[in-house]
Amino acid sequence: MDIIVCLKMVPDTSETEVRVDSTNKDILKVRLVYTTNEADNYALETALLLKEKHGGTVTLISLGTPQVDEILRMGLAKGADRAIRITDPLFEQIDAFTTAKVLATAIAQQKYDLILTGCIASDDGYSQIGPSIAAFLKIPSAAYVNQVKLIDNNRMKISRELEGGILERKELSLPALLTIQTGTNTPRYASIIGIKRASSKPLDVYDAAKLNLDQSKLIGLTELEQMYMPKVEAKAQFLSGADDEIATQLATIIKEKAGL
Amino acid sequence: MIGVLIEIRESQIKDITYEMLTLAHRLSTNQPQEIAALLLSDNAQPYLDSIKPYVHKIITVENEVLKNFNTQIYLPILTNIINETKPNLLLIASSGFGTDLAPYLATSLNLPLVTDIFDLELLPTHILTRRAMYGGKINADITTKSLPAVVTVRAGSFEKISKPINTSAEIIKMPFAIEPTILEISKFIEYGEVPTTGIDITKADILVAVGRGIKEQKNLEAIEKFAQDIGATLACTRPIIDAGWLPKDRQVGSSGKTVKPKLYIALGISGAFQHLSGMKNSETIIAVNKDPEAPIFSVAHYGVVGDLLKILPLLATKIKEMRG
Ligand SMILES: Cc1cc2nc3c(=O)[nH]c(=O)nc-3n(C[C@H](O)[C@H](O)[C@H](O)COP(=O)(O)OP(=O)(O)OC[C@H]3O[C@@H](n4cnc5c(N)ncnc54)[C@H](O)[C@@H]3O)c2cc1C
Ligand SMILES: Nc1ncnc2c1ncn2[C@@H]1O[C@H](COP(=O)(O)O)[C@@H](O)[C@H]1O
Repeated sequence: MDIIVCLKMVPDTSETEVRVDSTNKDILKVRLVYTTNEADNYALETALLLKEKHGGTVTLISLGTPQVDEILRMGLAKGADRAIRITDPLFEQIDAFTTAKVLATAIAQQKYDLILTGCIASDDGYSQIGPSIAAFLKIPSAAYVNQVKLIDNNRMKISRELEGGILERKELSLPALLTIQTGTNTPRYASIIGIKRASSKPLDVYDAAKLNLDQSKLIGLTELEQMYMPKVEAKAQFLSGADDEIATQLATIIKEKAGL
Repeated sequence: MIGVLIEIRESQIKDITYEMLTLAHRLSTNQPQEIAALLLSDNAQPYLDSIKPYVHKIITVENEVLKNFNTQIYLPILTNIINETKPNLLLIASSGFGTDLAPYLATSLNLPLVTDIFDLELLPTHILTRRAMYGGKINADITTKSLPAVVTVRAGSFEKISKPINTSAEIIKMPFAIEPTILEISKFIEYGEVPTTGIDITKADILVAVGRGIKEQKNLEAIEKFAQDIGATLACTRPIIDAGWLPKDRQVGSSGKTVKPKLYIALGISGAFQHLSGMKNSETIIAVNKDPEAPIFSVAHYGVVGDLLKILPLLATKIKEMRG
């Protein structure tokens, strides 16, 4: 079973201030730490578990700047066999539709039975690239997948998460694309040996020419006009003072509201 | 024409359908045009009356295999409907179904798509949409370059429609025509539920909810103790479940439970939309977070900007003292 995993490098903004830059079309990129998108770690782990069970290969693909080599090397250290980085100035400002097109074009040049992506990128939050790649490749897809079981070489049973904790179980024929939900497994850490081995695994770089994509094929369908800070509707009443004073105020509120 | 894809799960029309109809109605008031409900089901009859008052047309396609949602089967049917009726805009729910379907459908028809929008303007040549990014810390305006366009609509962004707009909706039956091989490519098996441990957080009057801000699993113990002291039940965000620190039935949010306790104490929770949608209607919300810009403070009544690991032990002591 040959599996492709799409990895996106994203800034970790969960605990940092996010500000819009002077173009109003992007966030200020200073002092941000970049990592593998959270859901993509689970997608990679799903691929590695399938490979361990059924054999085959795992190929990583990422579209981005040369910096994404970091997450690709990390994925190789965890056990993927090879990686492809897609980089070209032509790909710098493309929309979601075109991103999916570029990724699909690169994937079409590989041998694959299964493609895994994350269910959502934590930066743009589109939840779009995965199924869109599947549409370009004309293969079936399923979103928010939390379980994958191979029935035979041509079919698999999956389960996916819907609202309110309901699961949908279905069967898909291969090749297929799945977008993987967080929490579906326990992503492994790279071992020291893994990290050593990773440096000798192939990491190919593709550009627009290699993919036969010129400007005329990279025209997007949507445009990001501007980014801005959300208006906060109802603002909390903030408690202030030293930690000890805050604790006293909190205790009073809790005592009253909880009817202690 | 504005098309609204009716979302049905287990024979129930989901609320998001009526929210999308509110949006469609607002758009058609500004730019007069028809609203058409697209109803794919095994049997349209039981659903017609609840939708009729809010649309000009209901386009139905019926077949046994349409009883349950399925992207691969919806695809040729919706393609046919779009080609025949030429809508300007298609509204689909930003849900487990809609997110599975919309990118696939839009891409295969070469149509622009904007996902998970919470606001939208329909202009003569394109749409302007608003959506959140970076876990709700930033908003963005995204336009399409052309029409027709497809969007997925975030639940809770619009009120459910309640005022009828029309008394005589036309029912248009379209044929069910698909290649039989599609049925082999993607097959619905069943719905299932996540196993529970017997705790029902929706019944609790007081919830102490923890998020990734608690940092380590070992910090749970003190928080659990604190929760017990004030008679609260422990709940959490999704990443805590993902890490395996608490069982799934403790999860609050769109893919977990919706709760409405008297008091909700959020510790180290950023307040992502998917979490807020499950708890924002709590009577009183207290949030402790070290990031003053965390979106949780937009729904909290009382906020503390600080380190929960420092404040919690102090708080636990104060509570004990007060109770004597
Ligand atoms: C389809 C889908 C469904 C989802 N369903 C749900 C759902 O049902 N429920 C849910 O919760 N999420 C859900 N999510 C995930 C959601 O998008 C967020 O990722 C999640 O809610 C974030 O959880 P968090 O607040 O615990 O973590 P983070 O966003 O990482 O926030 C941690 C917070 O802790 C604060 N913090 C850190 N250290 C401290 C400290 N010492 N003291 C005080 N504060 C501190 C930080 O400032 C930060 O704000 C879903 C996502 C998807 C894609
Ligand atoms: N630039 C990229 N390179 C590789 N994979 C990507 C890229 N952008 C998105 N993806 C994949 O698509 C998933 C969903 O992204 P999105 O549709 O942007 O939310 C991510 O979790 C990745 O697996």
